[in-house]
Amino acid sequence: MIPRYQRVLLWVLLLVSAVMAIFLIRLRERASDKLQAAADAVPLTPPSAMPASDVTLMLANDIDGSLVNTDRPIALPTEPHARARYLLNQLLAEYAKPGSAHPIAANAGVDDVFLMPLPAGTTGGTLAVVNLSSGLLQAHPSGIETETMTLLSLIGTLHANMPEVAQVRFLVDGAPRDTLAGHADLTRTYLASSAAPPPPTVEAK
Amino acid sequence: MRWTDTCPRARTYAARCLTLLVCALAASLSALAAPSQAAEQQPTLPPRSSAAVQPQFLIVLDAAHGGTDTGAHLAAHLEEKDLVLALSIRLRSMLSARGIPVLTTRESDVTLPPAKRAAMANAHKPAACLILHASDSGSGIHLFTSSLPPAQPTTFLPWDQAQAAYLQRSLRWAAEINTAMTHAGVPVTLGRTAMQPLDNMTCPAAAVEIAPLTKDGAVTAALTDPDYQSRILAGLAAAIEGWRHDWAAQP
Repeated sequence: MIPRYQRVLLWVLLLVSAVMAIFLIRLRERASDKLQAAADAVPLTPPSAMPASDVTLMLANDIDGSLVNTDRPIALPTEPHARARYLLNQLLAEYAKPGSAHPIAANAGVDDVFLMPLPAGTTGGTLAVVNLSSGLLQAHPSGIETETMTLLSLIGTLHANMPEVAQVRFLVDGAPRDTLAGHADLTRTYLASSAAPPPPTVEAK
Repeated sequence: MRWTDTCPRARTYAARCLTLLVCALAASLSALAAPSQAAEQQPTLPPRSSAAVQPQFLIVLDAAHGGTDTGAHLAAHLEEKDLVLALSIRLRSMLSARGIPVLTTRESDVTLPPAKRAAMANAHKPAACLILHASDSGSGIHLFTSSLPPAQPTTFLPWDQAQAAYLQRSLRWAAEINTAMTHAGVPVTLGRTAMQPLDNMTCPAAAVEIAPLTKDGAVTAALTDPDYQSRILAGLAAAIEGWRHDWAAQP
């Protein structure tokens, strides 16, 4: 025969265990929310109060192999990393529109842009490391011209709106990758300034 | 009375000694004359100018991709690797018929890394390298040279910038192709790109990307069109023929 006080104690312990389990589950959820918020602290959309200003996008055209400067009114974040990331995603969104002259079926493809000062003794300026998503690479058409145009377009747009960017490197999902979609070299550092490769021009038709 | 009359054997010995003396004298005289004759009979080297070896005019054709690297998916059951291989083999045959030596990096569907393609080309010191690609975007021929900044040739070249020392000649090679393709009636778009193995080649090098012919967004000649392919190959063969003429005139 179990004494009454032991039965009461057992029920009390069970109740406390249940309360502690609920408390721990809640704590875990809150910690997970905090981690997620920290990992994606860069806003994807600019503050609504931010006024829109003219931003230069260098849009590629596959038919004649040209890059055309186009102004679009866009409200950009003020923080440089977020600004660069939002700018490049806006450029890629242009290519995802129906009837684009340089079609890429990906709404967003730039996960991060890291801006780092170049070491002293070099030309100065900033090195931009653009971290592309593998989804962009999977959606990107394969070909020397189309891949080269995409890279020049990204580099040119970044340099046109952030002149301090002197060099650009590319990563894919945080790791180096040989090519964009089988052709254009992603392992090299591109010069965004005057030494950057000139855009292709139509010579003969 | 002489002593030889009294001794006939002595007379015989004297005659033999005299004969030996005459033979020795003749041998000495012939030995004195021998060096001049030996010098006349010694083989002589040909003059240095006639021994100089003329470099051979060789073209390297690189059909891009291959094996597990399929390249672009151009159409139903048509991969970029298969199309450029077929074009490379046809172009090789056309050039061989004209007496132009050709080295192809691949003759079958094999995986070949870019570094190996460049090493194969560089080892033969070719007069020009032509990399063949195909794409379903754009129109006509996309003709690319390396986007590396030009550099002076040195003994040792960085592997990823080896093409920089040959950039000026690569631009002339691209101009030759541009002229020939224009004569063949194929529109050309010129460009610069960063791509392997183009950047690793130590020869005049250009990459040709073949795209369908389009007009107002509509395809007028597909990549599989035999007439279109023949025009392109004829243009490339004419460009190589012209380059051979220019190359022979170079110092």
